Order: sequence, then C-alpha cells, then structure tokens
Amino acid sequence: MGQYAIRRILQMIPVVLGTTFIIYASVFALGDPTVGRCGERACPPAYIAAFNAEYNLDKPLLVQYALYLGKLMHGDLGTSFYGNSVATELANRFPTTIKLAAIAVFFEAVIGIAAGIVAGVRKGRFIDSLVMVSTLVVISIPVFVIGTLAQLVFGIKLGWFPVTATQGTLWQLLMPGFVLAALSLAYVARLTRTSLVENLRADYVRTAKAKGLSRNRVIAVHTWRNSLIAVVTFIGLDIGGLMGGAVVTERIFNINGVGSYIFRSINQKDATAVVGAITVLVLIYLAVNLLVDLLYGVLDPRISHD
Amino acid sequence: MARAVEELELGPRSEQWQPTDGRLLDVDDLFVEFRTRDGVARAINGVSFSLDEGDTLAILGESGSGKSVTAQAIMGIIDSPPGFITGGEIRYCGTDILTLSEEKRRAIRGPEISMIFQDALSALNPVFPVGWQIAEMFRIHRGTNKSDALDAAVTLMDRVSIPGARQRVKSFPHQFSGGMRQRIMIAVAIALDPAVLIADEPTTALDVTVQAQIMGLLKELQEERKMGLILITHDLGVVADVADRIALMYAGRIVERAGVFDLYRRPAHPYGEGLLESIPRLDQKGEELSAIKGLPPNLTRIPPGCPFNPRCRYAQDVCRVDPPPPLREVAPDRVAACHFAEDVLAGEAVRTDVR
Repeated sequence: MGQYAIRRILQMIPVVLGTTFIIYASVFALGDPTVGRCGERACPPAYIAAFNAEYNLDKPLLVQYALYLGKLMHGDLGTSFYGNSVATELANRFPTTIKLAAIAVFFEAVIGIAAGIVAGVRKGRFIDSLVMVSTLVVISIPVFVIGTLAQLVFGIKLGWFPVTATQGTLWQLLMPGFVLAALSLAYVARLTRTSLVENLRADYVRTAKAKGLSRNRVIAVHTWRNSLIAVVTFIGLDIGGLMGGAVVTERIFNINGVGSYIFRSINQKDATAVVGAITVLVLIYLAVNLLVDLLYGVLDPRISHD
Repeated sequence: MARAVEELELGPRSEQWQPTDGRLLDVDDLFVEFRTRDGVARAINGVSFSLDEGDTLAILGESGSGKSVTAQAIMGIIDSPPGFITGGEIRYCGTDILTLSEEKRRAIRGPEISMIFQDALSALNPVFPVGWQIAEMFRIHRGTNKSDALDAAVTLMDRVSIPGARQRVKSFPHQFSGGMRQRIMIAVAIALDPAVLIADEPTTALDVTVQAQIMGLLKELQEERKMGLILITHDLGVVADVADRIALMYAGRIVERAGVFDLYRRPAHPYGEGLLESIPRLDQKGEELSAIKGLPPNLTRIPPGCPFNPRCRYAQDVCRVDPPPPLREVAPDRVAACHFAEDVLAGEAVRTDVR
C-alpha cells in the first residue's frame, strides 16, 4: 500500500508538469494582458516594458514557464496582475468552496445512494419509475435553470432559504449545495440502482439466498458493498471536480469561492491568477484520485496495491 | 483427517424435521414456468422423484433440461418473477414446503436442505473472507458469537481438507485455487449438517483430477452424515461412481428413472441411449464421435407429443401427437416415458430415421 502510494505520487510529477505547462502556455498565449489596463488609451511603451519584465513576459515561453515553475516549487503562486498574492486570494476562498463541496457531496451520497437502493430493490415498481423519471428530469435541466428556479421558489416566494450566500455560512450554502449536488445526485442514484440490480443477479447473491439469509441481509450485507465500488469512483472524481468550485452555481448565489475567482480572473485576463488557481486544482484533483484508488483496495479485496 | 472428524460435533437433527421411514424428500408432479417477454417457458413439466436418507440421486440432462430449476425450486430460490411454481408439491419430511411462509422456508435453507453451486468463484462473495462466509451460517441460524463461529469455520475447513485452515480463514475466495474454492463452498453447505444436500454441477468448472477429489469428498461427507444427496450433472462419468439412482431429464420432464447400473447397462429411453452412445470410448479411436442429432426444444414451444420426437431415431406417428407418453414402469424398479420403452430396452426398437 505504502509503496503503491509512493509510486503513484512519483507518477504524478510528469502529469503536474504536463498540465501546468499546457495551462501556462494556453493562458499566456491568449492575447496581450496589457490591453485595456490603461483605460481608453493604449498603455505607454514604458509601462508595457515594465509590466512584461515584471512577469517575465519578454522572455521565450519555455524560460517563462521554467521561472514560474521555480517559484511554484517554493510554494509561491505568484502575484496577480492586480498586485495581490494568488495564494492569499485562494486561501481566502477555499474554505467557502470546501464547505459548498462538502454540502453537495453529502446530499449526493446520502440522497443519491438511498434513492438508488430503493429503486434497485423495487425494480420495475412505481418507486423505481419515480426515481428513474425524476433523475432524468434533473439530468435534462441545465444547472442555471435549477439554480434560479430554486432561488425564486425557495428563496423569494417561500422564503425558506437565503437567496444568496455572500458570506458563505453553512446555512446560506445549504440551498446552493443542493443545487450543485442535483446533477451528480441523479447520476449517483442511477448508478447505484444499476449496479445493485446487476449485483442482485450475481451468483453469490443466489448463494446468500441458499444460505437461508433474509432478503434484507442479502441486500444490506452481501450486495451493498459490491455495488458501492462504482459509486465510490463516481463520487470520488466528483469531489475532485467540486473542489474547483462551481462557476455557475457560485455566480447564481453570489458565492465568493474559487470558481468565481477563476471566472473573474479569466474575464480580467489575469493570467497569473488563472494559472495559479488551476495548478492548485490539478494538484487537488490528483490527490483525490489517489485517495479513491486507495479506497478501492479497502472496498474490494481483489484489487491489490502491492 | 480422522482428528478433524472427531472435533466436529454433529448435533442431533432438529426434532421438527424427522424423516418417516427414511424418506426425506418427495417431489410430486412439480410444474415451474418462467414468464418472459418472449412467452412462457415451461421449464419443469410434472417432475416427480423422491430421496431417502443416505441416498444419492443423480439428475442428468442437457443444459436447459430443467435440472437446475428443479434444484432451485426445492431450495425455494427461484427468482419470482419471472419464475413461478404453478403446480405440484415438494414434501420435506412429509410437509409440503411450498405452502410454508418465507420465514419458515428460510429456516429450512441451510440447516435442513443445502446447496452447492457450479462455479465457486462467482458463487462465493468476492469481498468477504472465506471464514466469514462459512461462519455466517452459524451466526445467522444459531446465533453463535463471532469467535466461536470462526472457530467452527476453521474446523469445517479442516474437515474439507483445506491445508493450513487456521492461517487461511481470513483469505478471500480469489486467493484460492478452483478446487479449494469448491471445498469452501462445500464447507458452507454442510456447516449446519443438513439432511439433504443438492450439488448443482459441483465439478463442472474443475479439471479432471480435482473433480475426482471433490466427488470423493462429497461421497465421504454423505456417508459420514447420512445425507440425502441430489447430484445434478451432465457428466455421465461423474454419475457412474457416485450415484445410486439416476433421473434422466429432458425438456422439463423426467424421461427415465432407474438404478445407475441398470441404466448404464441398457437404457429404456432413446434419449438415454443417445447419451450413452455419445461418451467417447477408447476402443473407438479414430471414429467420429456420435452425438444426438438436433437441439433440445425451445421451452416456450415444446413440440406436441413426446418432446424428444424430433430427435428420436425410433419416432413414429404416435410420438408426434399429444398426450406425451407417461412415465410408466417398464421393468422392476425402473420407469420410462417412451411408447416403445420395452423395445428399446430389449434392443429391438425399429429405426425410423434411416430409409
């Protein structure tokens, strides 16, 4: 297990190098960052030269990247074009994003798995059709529609939840978290149902019945864990995605998270901020992936990490 | 091995289930059908047989002849829907278990009637240690505590000759070889000392040397515990060594029932004749293997008359019309469902397939 983890971490190095380079190259290739920085007028050549020198933009791309990487090694994510430390900006926003993601994953796992199990156990009955149709509806509706609709109905008309989550408290993030979870929740429910139905047909389930076990025990003990493997993969990867913040959801509910930071930085052509933020997200994503893979070994003894 | 046997406590059989005159199981005119989108598949059409203590009955037939469905009907593990038992009785120690509640049925599965399956790799749960899976029997049916149940599992693993049982009790099914896995499957099935053991093709997934060991083990356990054994197989070789009696199944019916030697010496049903002729023989080296021509019928469209008539070399007009020939006594202690059973038995049946 330990060796496996170390091997996996070593494998991450080329992945990190590759992804950061692609991000760096594509972000800095996108137009001249000094355009529009001096209001209506074009910037004076001296300013442009100073700006380029400060961010190493006058050097060849590979040198720029190497210099950036050097700073990254020391944990320095750079300074945004507006003079703020990218690391500080991210550190301010991550707690909100983590809270939002945690709420979303909670809804996704609890409601999604529960709905999937209920549907799978009663396959072909009314409750199964209900889950299948309602999840299909959720999957077909774009998140901005669900978000604004929830805002209108539960926030404004009924007044049950705060309309926006500007301060990012748990209570404020409850409804956005649910909206953010909606799509994945639908997928988790369907995935759980499918893999439960699949596993209920397995030979070992027949054995469990032949052993004289109750139906509840057959499902809860013998089928559940086997069915969970696919679902854990999905939720694991989803956590990786959610940590990157949810651009649309954060915009709708005015949440000051990582997603809205990246969105704003892209709009403002703040290349250092974009690259810094995305680099951190890549690292988080890889770490979550590793955790999911290690969790497999715990859930399924056939997967060995030696 | 002898030591291991002594350690096993074979408790007294449940008082509720006592066989009368040694008769354990009576399957009487059983009908099972599967209602699928393509129509109703009549998997079992009036099957009857019985099983006594210490008796070994082999149910022999091709894939789709209904032998596994019969076993699952006895166990009560047919998925319903699509499967439905539409007629007949299954009497265990005189009680028709088809009328019992699911809860009472469950109490029979394991302690009274138990089953082992064909492919032990898929029949054992991949995510639980083998010892846990054996111990589960004691824990659920007898409420034994965790460590005692695990000790009992080790004793059982010892009994079925798994080397290093105590060390391997926490291993997972995929860490065992095919033969060892089937031994674990057997340990699960005999854990509660059942009166009836159903073995559904227990050796099909194994290679020949291991097959012999597993059959030997089953035989040994049966004698030790006076179990009634129902052996479901399509392997004629396996049957010859172990079984006392054979029930030959075709298209959901028993077409012949006889003592194992009688049937091997001279079948009374043309299907049995065809099966025996299809065994490869050393003295026929170089010749083409003989096989029964054609395929078993689609169970949603069983032909009228004798279901075997399209493949039968002796078929005449009477065979192609309903009712199908009934199972009748053709010689002492043997029954067959063929209009010409006596002729087949005497080797005098007239072939109608060659002109």
